[in-house]
Amino acid sequence: MTKPEHRDIGFTLNGEEIRFSGTGTERLLDVLRYRLGLPGTKEGCGEGECGACTVHLDGVPVNSCLILVGQVRNRRVDTVESVAPEALVELHTSGATQCGACTPGVVMTARFVIDHPGLLERASVRQLMAGNLCRCTGYDGIIEGIAEALRQEETSP
Amino acid sequence: MKRREGLAKLMGREAYVDDLTVADCLWGATVRSSCARGRIREVRFGEGFDWGEFVVVDHRDLPGENVIALIETDQPVLAAEAVRHVHEAVVLLAHADRDLLRRAVEAVEVVVEEEPPIFDFRQPPEPAQIQHGNDNVFKELKIEKGDVDKALAKAPVVVEGVFTTGAQEHVYLETQGMLAWVEDGVVTVKGSMQCPYYVQKALKLALGREDHEVRVVQAPTGGGFGGKEEFPSGIALHAALLALKAGKPVKLIYERGEDMVATTKRHPSWIRHRTAVDTKGRLLAQDIEVVLDAGAYATLSSVVLSRAVIHAAGPYHCENVRIRGRAVLTNAVPFGAFRGFGAPQSLFACERQMDRIASELTLDPVRIRRRNLIRDGEETATGQVITDGTDRLKVLDRALELSSFQHKRRAYLDFNDTHPYLRRGVGLATFLHGAGFTGSGEVYLASEVHVAGLADGKVEVRTANTEMGQGTQTVFTQLVTDRLGLKAEDVVIAEPDTARVPDSGPTVASRTTMVVGGLIEKACDDLRRRLGLGNEERGEVLTAALALWHRQHPGEELLGTAHYEPPDGIHWDDANYRGEAYGAFAWATYVAAVEVDLRTYTARVLDFVAVQEIGKVLHEVLARGQIQGGVVQGIGWALLEDFRFKDGAMANGQLTNYIIPTSDDVPPIRVAFLENPYAHGAQGAKGIGELPMDGPAPAIVNAVAAATGADPCTIPLTPERMMSVLEAREVAR
Ligand code: FES
Ligand code: FES
Repeated sequence: MTKPEHRDIGFTLNGEEIRFSGTGTERLLDVLRYRLGLPGTKEGCGEGECGACTVHLDGVPVNSCLILVGQVRNRRVDTVESVAPEALVELHTSGATQCGACTPGVVMTARFVIDHPGLLERASVRQLMAGNLCRCTGYDGIIEGIAEALRQEETSP
Repeated sequence: MKRREGLAKLMGREAYVDDLTVADCLWGATVRSSCARGRIREVRFGEGFDWGEFVVVDHRDLPGENVIALIETDQPVLAAEAVRHVHEAVVLLAHADRDLLRRAVEAVEVVVEEEPPIFDFRQPPEPAQIQHGNDNVFKELKIEKGDVDKALAKAPVVVEGVFTTGAQEHVYLETQGMLAWVEDGVVTVKGSMQCPYYVQKALKLALGREDHEVRVVQAPTGGGFGGKEEFPSGIALHAALLALKAGKPVKLIYERGEDMVATTKRHPSWIRHRTAVDTKGRLLAQDIEVVLDAGAYATLSSVVLSRAVIHAAGPYHCENVRIRGRAVLTNAVPFGAFRGFGAPQSLFACERQMDRIASELTLDPVRIRRRNLIRDGEETATGQVITDGTDRLKVLDRALELSSFQHKRRAYLDFNDTHPYLRRGVGLATFLHGAGFTGSGEVYLASEVHVAGLADGKVEVRTANTEMGQGTQTVFTQLVTDRLGLKAEDVVIAEPDTARVPDSGPTVASRTTMVVGGLIEKACDDLRRRLGLGNEERGEVLTAALALWHRQHPGEELLGTAHYEPPDGIHWDDANYRGEAYGAFAWATYVAAVEVDLRTYTARVLDFVAVQEIGKVLHEVLARGQIQGGVVQGIGWALLEDFRFKDGAMANGQLTNYIIPTSDDVPPIRVAFLENPYAHGAQGAKGIGELPMDGPAPAIVNAVAAATGADPCTIPLTPERMMSVLEAREVAR
């Protein structure tokens, strides 16, 4: 068996240009966690069902367990490590996290919803969050935190 | 107080076991049986791998007994001669390359000569299927009071019912995992777990080591729900055996599919009620039989059965009660601890039966509960006289009021008359949950807690109790700040590490806040006493006294300690199952509004109200979160989570086809608390962790019955089952 060729893959990670040397077929999730020292992104299922591995690819939430690192070449990846604590106040207060295993993924989808309030014209927060499984909270803490953050955004100048 | 653990989790900074980086670490993996029962003839290592590169461990590598220490000693660490279920661990492998390791696991074949398995726990076994005692029964229990047979014979009405519940997978979002290494001769494991001292006990026995030669540390744990009560002992042993043989650290992390098929589940149950009532619905006799599928090994089934039978008669007063229970071996994956621990099964049956009795007598389901709910001075099935002063009718009324029960009921009648294919209904469940270990359990545990006074004026709480999402650290901190007048930043919660913290018992049975929290308060008082301070001294006085003490005793440790002592008046007769089964019960009424679609046979929960009396609410957000999370797990168990077996193994071991509720599958869970402080709980708290698992299934299924006129008695009530109960209703008409 010939070893697949390694090459440099460049992409923007949390605002920084980085180069990763690999075959390109590694899962983005594994590259982030085990190669680039960013274990904040979690694996819940490895098959696109749970959303624990959610990151933003060019600003849009994706399941990083379903993305190969070759696909992010020259694109922008943002992970939970890029989220400022100030952006988490409402989720913290509302009880959006219990065990925390789903939380990084929840945070990434939640930030997308909060930053795109126009989405709510077509779907409820409850529907928009349906791709992120949480076994602990029963979801109310998450939904309320997002709703509160949306209210804050609306009232802030 | 804000959640202490919250921000790190939200920022992705909490380091779970798989997030830890360790130099020169190998990955571990498990080779499992593909046969449900038989003798192991051979293990074949396939072609195409240089097996010399792998660390390979089997039962012969065990330095101690090949037993995972728990209540019984029947479960091997690694199967030696025989296997009893599909996915039983037989061989372990470790290698630095995880992908190669995954392929290697596939290349190892465990050759088994099959023997006749048994899969149906309700059928008596054939002789060739017997694997335990002479009947495969792991445990039998009986509760009896009054004269049930006489009451049944004389009663004007007897209602019979059979109820079945399915297995349930925990689906904690962080899969099981352990990291093991050997340091200065000490075997150390760190990982995802609820009970560090259970793991330590198991390591000692199977590795043949003493206390000081094994160290167990809990890593932040991404959910447990009971699934990380007993099961982590086995993985810890597997990781430790690999690390010992490799001479290197080994990380053993289950992938989701492996976790789903190989770990413990909620016990499936079959429960029969024969209830004697008078025409007004007063309970005259309850004759109940509870059978649990225990799976291939005993695990905790005997205690799960115990909680199941004790809760089986519900929160009602009845003079004549007989409850017989048994937990039976099958060649399925072993069933184990899961939030509720047997009570959800028996309360589903009990509360569904109450509605069936009401319907038989054309009584209001609220009425029949009002009539029978236990009052102060009356006895439970085990003869425990309830004297806690809780107004259980008020709990019921509050739930009815919050849910607009009567209004919904009327409105839904009109709706159902006019709508072509949607049917709405509202249903309720009234129930109780005993907090803490059953009977003498807490006495045997003999929990101990330390509160250390540090030289910098801070205090450190040392317990073996683990945070897995419930907010233990927040609650513990709050108890100390309230008791000692300190600020939250002056309270340190020690990492649960058997080398540093005393055995304060397992983090199970809704006991952590109530029991361990109470010990923390006592240990705080003891700390003050050792400083020569009275119980009213707080805050700066205490900080100054700590500093002074450390100046006078350089290098010494100052510990306030507390040991569990049972409250007065608790007597439990384990031989006859009589007496005070629990120090305290939490009481609740849950109401579900449900819509059934007659075209798709699906049921959707429209509204859910959960009202409970849990002593004192220590932290509103955390308490509410516990209830909401538990209710949603209950909704999953009632409607969605259809665990399918093939040869005793989970056939749908993926989140793609084992469906747990998403945010869009559930309504907001509306929670209310009534408070009646419990004298022996921390600040008056009673346990709440498990309670919310008990009520959703019966409330929802009662609502489905009200909506459709059908008589569903089996959960999960999937569309297939809904179709068959609706068809049965047509036939009955
Ligand atoms: S781990 Fe990617 S969706 Fe579950
Ligand atoms: S907080 Fe545990 S899974 Fe969401």
